[in-house]
Amino acid sequence: MARIAVLIAQRLGLGVLILFAVSLIIMFVVELLPGDTCQELMGQGATPQTLQACRAALGLDDPMHERYLSWLGGMLTGDMGISLANQRPIDELVIRRILNTFFLAGIAAAIAVPLSLMLGILAAMYRNSIFDRIVNVSTLTSISFPEFFVAYILIFIFAVELGMFPSVSNVHADMAFQERLYRSLLPALSLTLVITAHMMRMTRATIVNLMASPYIEMARLKGIRGMRIITYHALPNAFAPIINVITLNLAYLIVGVVVVEVVFVYPGLGQLLVDAVSNRDMPLVQAGALMFAAVYVLLNLFADIVSIISNPRLLHPR
Amino acid sequence: MDKLRELENEVRLGRLSRRSFLARASALGIAGAAGVPLISERAMASSPSVGGQFRIGIGSGSSSDSMDPGTITDTYMQVVNYGLRNNLTEVTPDGELIGELAESFEASEDARSWTFRLRDGVEFHNGKTLDANDVVETMNHHRGEDSESGARQLFDDVDEIVAEDDRTVTFHLSSGNADFPFLMNDYRLTICPVVDGELDLSGNGTGGYILDSFDPGERTTMSRNPNYWKENAAFFETVEVLVMRDSTSRTNALTTGDIDVMNRVAPSSVNLVGRGGNVRVEQTSGNQHYSFPMHVDREPFDDWHVRKAIKLAVDREQLLQTVLSGHGYVGNDHPIGRANRFFHEELPQRQFDPEEARHHLREAGHENLQLTLKVSDAAFVGAVDAGQLMAETMAEAGIDLRVDRVPSDGYWSNVWLEEPFVASYWGGRPTEDWMFTEGYAAGANWNDTNWDNERFNELLREARAELDEDRRREMYHEMQELVHDDGGSLIPIFANYIMGLSDEVQHGEMANNWDLDGLKCLERWWFA
Repeated sequence: MARIAVLIAQRLGLGVLILFAVSLIIMFVVELLPGDTCQELMGQGATPQTLQACRAALGLDDPMHERYLSWLGGMLTGDMGISLANQRPIDELVIRRILNTFFLAGIAAAIAVPLSLMLGILAAMYRNSIFDRIVNVSTLTSISFPEFFVAYILIFIFAVELGMFPSVSNVHADMAFQERLYRSLLPALSLTLVITAHMMRMTRATIVNLMASPYIEMARLKGIRGMRIITYHALPNAFAPIINVITLNLAYLIVGVVVVEVVFVYPGLGQLLVDAVSNRDMPLVQAGALMFAAVYVLLNLFADIVSIISNPRLLHPR
Repeated sequence: MDKLRELENEVRLGRLSRRSFLARASALGIAGAAGVPLISERAMASSPSVGGQFRIGIGSGSSSDSMDPGTITDTYMQVVNYGLRNNLTEVTPDGELIGELAESFEASEDARSWTFRLRDGVEFHNGKTLDANDVVETMNHHRGEDSESGARQLFDDVDEIVAEDDRTVTFHLSSGNADFPFLMNDYRLTICPVVDGELDLSGNGTGGYILDSFDPGERTTMSRNPNYWKENAAFFETVEVLVMRDSTSRTNALTTGDIDVMNRVAPSSVNLVGRGGNVRVEQTSGNQHYSFPMHVDREPFDDWHVRKAIKLAVDREQLLQTVLSGHGYVGNDHPIGRANRFFHEELPQRQFDPEEARHHLREAGHENLQLTLKVSDAAFVGAVDAGQLMAETMAEAGIDLRVDRVPSDGYWSNVWLEEPFVASYWGGRPTEDWMFTEGYAAGANWNDTNWDNERFNELLREARAELDEDRRREMYHEMQELVHDDGGSLIPIFANYIMGLSDEVQHGEMANNWDLDGLKCLERWWFA
């Protein structure tokens, strides 16, 4: 176990370095985009005088490294700075939004992960049956459509025709938990449809693969049947690859759902980040992108640790 | 009934006489007797009553929005701002300028100083009484060296703003401006209070609603101001203004009753929205137009014949039908629209004429002309399609138009004003002077054609200081003719404002100077 603690510490240290590198890259990339915050904010309305006044006020005339260092200095002392676009504190903007994003991702994961594991296991058990084919075809169909299309179809069926759910999911702070959950169900369902296929097929493939291995045959010969072989013998060995796919999809649920956010008017971090990029709002882009990068780092760390724990050979190396 | 509304609209715009309204209404199968009161009665259709939660989905808004009126650029914050605050002057639904926070205003003989008398006893949301100092400080926020306000150039001619007494403010201008009170109706020039020596930009205003919460890019909530100074206005108990950028989402939300009103109905889905049960579509024809500016100081656009050929080689009717599904009207290559006072009715409409265009090309010494048009849907939705259509009709006239699609991101900063031939969009301006000064005067920041016409510039100066209505009308007509004939902008279509309303929502006569009843839907509309 001490090995794992060391590993976590190492990886976290590395994670901090990665975040630092990410922040540098983002600084350069935002700088490379044509135009600056002032131009983008005023758009058609920009005049040379207003641009000059705006740049002076926001400190955009300073050289890039100075702006980066002052931002970094703030960041290290826990101050994320203020948005260039509307002078609001960034932590206030970002934290509320990322909690919304986590909430939606959480519901989607709570539906999608058990569902795809179950479907995958059943599909592996009844391989090549009608059931297997139906599950495969339907999940592959839903992953093949673009997200917004899946979302529109769900809205059409559940909001417009049946009237069971609202068509907009504009959750906000003073909303009760049940109301929030109810309003977030349709977007969560769209996300579920989009990610289920990947996890389901990985589960199915891994288990099918394991079912052909000699130790499973041995177990069969001993007279153990069906479900028990899978849950007790096959599944523990299948965990490593499955958990990797699950974490990839969880990361996607957090960083890649801006389309669904827009369609359902859900106030997540995605739309905020898109706005920030189009406004060249550097501190806000940094904050959002670092959150996303941190999610990736942590989820990958989690996947690796689960793989190690589930594999005795890695847990107790000689 | 849609057709009937359209006719009513025409009557209001003065394009259709009452008599022909009746004739055409009865052709639609509406009995004359029933038609007569329709126009006058609709304004009082059901007498407004207070109450209800009004939810409106608006197709713009960004997480960068701020409560500082100087930063406002689009419909979302314009509507929110007009819920919270008031201007000095107001444009009524029939286009007349009246005082809002000013109870009266008058000019000196030469229109070089304007004096506004404020209403007595108007209170801000925090209980402070409106006085002249608030007005002066608000205006100073938008002018001066350090101002970042988008309204800054409106004050270029303003030398001094003086508070004569508690309720009187005088603006001294460096040159006469007959339309100055119209400028005071600019959506950015809403009056904010001075609190503890500083201008309070937090949303505290004199408007019909009090700000409850503001989440930029998401939603804004307000509740009715029980102490509102304006009578018969602001009827909703609470108001929720939502950012809904996807037009399908807005349409769905309206159909399922999650919102009561949406703006920017996609022209192609007008019929579908209108079909959905207890929802209706309403339109106003205003001044917003789509244009294709050419830089007249660059080859080949420096040749008048080439510009003329390009203007003649466009099938405006087809563009109107395709890009706007007919929900608008054709433009005549000048930026003055039907909602302007001095719109030139008699100016002959330019038609699609490939032969004539070919003739002008030959005059310019071109047998075949190759051009590149830069377009993006950032200019307006459908700009790329419009470019393709133009390429086809121009081919008939011997112009080889290459349509170059460029990224939406950064379009207004890197393409517009920079490239010689692009697609553009103008929201239109309430006065001729304003529109021409911003976009067509020599040297103006947004003169997107680099046009510099001596006669035009001279007329612009003269007309601005002219107080006689008829003389001004003549001048502005001549200026429209000049832009139409010599200007660098191809202006093929004017787009309607198209809104979707739940049947519960009622309103009086609808203003057409901006979207959503002159942006004042929050205080002018009510629930049946």
